[in-house]
Amino acid sequence: MEVPILKQGRFLIATIQAALSDADLLQLRRALIDKVVHFRSNGVIVDVTALDVMDSFATRTLRDITNVIRLRGAETVIVGIQPEVAFAMVQLGLTMEGVATALDLEEGLAHLQQRAARST
Amino acid sequence: MLVLQDILVGIRSDVDIVLARQQGRAMAANIGFSATDATLIATAISELARNIVTYAQHGEVMMRSEETTHTKGIVIIARDSGPGIRSIHDVLRDGYSTSGGLGLGLPGVRRLMDEFVIESELRRGTTVTVKKWLK
Repeated sequence: MEVPILKQGRFLIATIQAALSDADLLQLRRALIDKVVHFRSNGVIVDVTALDVMDSFATRTLRDITNVIRLRGAETVIVGIQPEVAFAMVQLGLTMEGVATALDLEEGLAHLQQRAARST
Repeated sequence: MLVLQDILVGIRSDVDIVLARQQGRAMAANIGFSATDATLIATAISELARNIVTYAQHGEVMMRSEETTHTKGIVIIARDSGPGIRSIHDVLRDGYSTSGGLGLGLPGVRRLMDEFVIESELRRGTTVTVKKWLK
């Protein structure tokens, strides 16, 4: 299942709508990086509210996305990690170190806007 | 008494990983686990099924409910006939990986569940059995 990516000004918003297979996650990584380059975006939000599980593969892929996009000078914010999912990640030993997270889409956008305001 | 049918999911590709964890979550909810515990169980299934795809290409995940005199629980058996594990001691250590992954798989699964048993024989395959009990 392809994840829709919305362009809003200089930001991109990817909203995951259902459980993703590994192949879907890799497709999301490719699509997001392509679009960041194409639109010269400076901020990306990945909304994972609908993700049922964040296992080691999903976490690593999201971290890779963030790192690649950071090398392009843009910031990624992961929003909407569900409380149960967060708890399972911690138990499993997964961390999102170095990755910005926010409660929801609204707070994620606020974070990116603040960062954009600082850099202008 | 609620009788739940055993569920067997064949694991051949990454799509089956998602299927297995969704079925596991549904069964956990039926047994009476909270949403948090059902997510822990689904996450453990995801890691176990991924190990099968990564190391053995194919195998299966079996899930069933189990009842004792004082509690109920879920049993998950992940089985493959892949290359087997040379050193079980190593794979149970945090940070160990032969696939370039995070090396969190099995020790992480052990933390998510209440019981954890692994049997492996070189060139014969690996079976991981995990259980979680209603508290």
